[in-house]
Amino acid sequence: MKPFTTHTGIVATLNRANVDTDAIIPKQFLKSIKRTGYGPNAFFDWRYTPDGDPEMSFELNQPRFEGRSILVTRNNFGCGSSREHAVWALVQDGYRVIIAPRKEAGDQRLPAFADIFRINATKNGLLVVEFSENEVNAIFNLVNTHTGLQAAVDLEKQQVEFQGALPTIYHFDIEPRTKEQLIKGLDDIEQTLLYEADITRFEEEYDLFTL
Amino acid sequence: MGKTLFEKIWAKHMVRELSDGLSLLYIDRHLVHEVTSPQAFDGLRLAGRKIRVPELAFATMDHNVPTTEDRLDIKDPISRNQVEALKKNCEDFGVKLFGLGDEHQGIVHVIGPELGITLPGLTIVCGDSHTSTHGAFGALAFGIGTSEVEHVLVTQTLVQQKPRTYKVEFTGRLAPHVFSKDMVLKLIGTIGTAGGAGHVFEYCGEAVRSLSMEARMSICNMSIEAGARAGMIAPDDTTLDYITRQERLYAPKREELERARAYWQTLPSDGDAEFDQTLTIDAGSIVPQVTWGTNPEMVMDIDQPVPAPDSATGYSRTDVENALAYMGLEPGVKLTDVDVEVVFIGSCTNSRIEDLRRAAAILDGRKKADHVQLLVVPGSHQVRLQAEAEGLDWIFKAAGAEWRYAGCSMCLGMNPDQLLPQQRCASTSNRNFEGRQGKGGRTHLVNPEMAAAAAVAGKFVDIRKWPDI
Repeated sequence: MKPFTTHTGIVATLNRANVDTDAIIPKQFLKSIKRTGYGPNAFFDWRYTPDGDPEMSFELNQPRFEGRSILVTRNNFGCGSSREHAVWALVQDGYRVIIAPRKEAGDQRLPAFADIFRINATKNGLLVVEFSENEVNAIFNLVNTHTGLQAAVDLEKQQVEFQGALPTIYHFDIEPRTKEQLIKGLDDIEQTLLYEADITRFEEEYDLFTL
Repeated sequence: MGKTLFEKIWAKHMVRELSDGLSLLYIDRHLVHEVTSPQAFDGLRLAGRKIRVPELAFATMDHNVPTTEDRLDIKDPISRNQVEALKKNCEDFGVKLFGLGDEHQGIVHVIGPELGITLPGLTIVCGDSHTSTHGAFGALAFGIGTSEVEHVLVTQTLVQQKPRTYKVEFTGRLAPHVFSKDMVLKLIGTIGTAGGAGHVFEYCGEAVRSLSMEARMSICNMSIEAGARAGMIAPDDTTLDYITRQERLYAPKREELERARAYWQTLPSDGDAEFDQTLTIDAGSIVPQVTWGTNPEMVMDIDQPVPAPDSATGYSRTDVENALAYMGLEPGVKLTDVDVEVVFIGSCTNSRIEDLRRAAAILDGRKKADHVQLLVVPGSHQVRLQAEAEGLDWIFKAAGAEWRYAGCSMCLGMNPDQLLPQQRCASTSNRNFEGRQGKGGRTHLVNPEMAAAAAVAGKFVDIRKWPDI
């Protein structure tokens, strides 16, 4: 896996909540048996007209987002199907960082990202960042008022610096293990194989039908 | 303090604790299908690795397969390639495959229980979010991505963050014509598509206890539509009866079954077990549900009007406007006044024998409306044979339905069964996302009787008023 330490790039917005993985990569592209080639088909149904031209009313097709690599969106991004193809498509379409809000509403806590999507993202070196709803609203405003707004993401410092008229820095939380995995670009399977002796011992003592 | 069903299974499968509250969890059963596995098998080849315990993986073909008579001859070369890749991967790595044409082929979440692969107390994973279905047996079952599929193949384990527990109690009893499908849609409408994120549901209460295994599977199946990784129901006599009432290839038998039964009895949550969250829903007050928007939380009682962007609470105005524009609906409209063009009875949510029986009871002696295409797709080849043994296929065909072979079919349209742009569909499946059943297609999720009745009436029906509509 490609390590993630810092990244600077243009920020684009997708102002929708609950963007599901069917929308990120529609079913017809899941027939491939490869890990590559998904990038041009990310958001396919929204991105292209029936003739295959760019659909100019789609937010991410705006010329000001040309070359973007950081996506700011709304809560519960990546819900639905477990298809890892959604993460492959985003990464191969040039995204390195996705930012979304966790939302607190009464005693309900709405997540920024769906659980399976978050796991899939980390395994592919795609950094998912959670901010508060207020912070994400402020970022949407910044992007809307500054054409070509760039941000510098520093995973070690756990911060994103938006380079508007006045630089704005937001800090984010991340699980230490996820952070280490991303920074070192660790292979998950190799990490688990370090515990192979534990797995073998577990299997030797294991009985499916006793507590 | 007592333990929940989930906590008991979690503790039993813990190989070791890792840092950050993560655990290395042993996986008992790994279900595999053609869409999310090829890249994982390629990963094994690339690294020169083998499957740690090939006997614990079971594969089938469901997403891509045609459901028509000529299904063995897959016309789409890319689909055929993917199906052939699974066959080769299973041969090369020693995985048992229930392939196209096999008597046990079918939707992975239908054949697992049928074959006794799914049992109480197990950890079950699959590269498919609807793996939550298997929780109906009191198993911990959840969907994973392809990297995790590869991880399980190589290590027979997964690194997981321990989810929190969420008790969902359905009190009372369901009214006639109300299904477990309506229970779970009501739940999703109540807490939203992310309401269960980070949690494992345990469904309990009188209304859950009185459900068949088929109906329990429909509820657990859609746990993921509320954002939960898994949904579980404690095993009981209904569970045991399902496992033992007929020959199930991989279920324990004789002395092993006795031992298993004793273990399964220890699984239900202890009386003093505590949950991180709880919710109680009066099952008796649930009426048939229908989705009006583009995700499963956009759902309402069948007798309610489509909401307006300003009045729909819990959504941003834009989200409702986008959904209504996509669905081609005006605020205030009642769906009982809206025509349907396609009816799909099938999917891992509602394609089991009981679902087909209840759809057939509605269609018996009736005909679908002329403008409706009616697809009935059994969840497995065994379900198809059972339905034919009961003569249900004749009822479907006499009603003008297309009686198909097993597969995921129009739930996600990876095979030729797809909606055309702007076609409106009453569907027993699980996702009404934009484009899910075909680009531009408009999906309304309903229970199997509501779907069958919609085919006859040519529009949505309040099934409680059936047949006097």
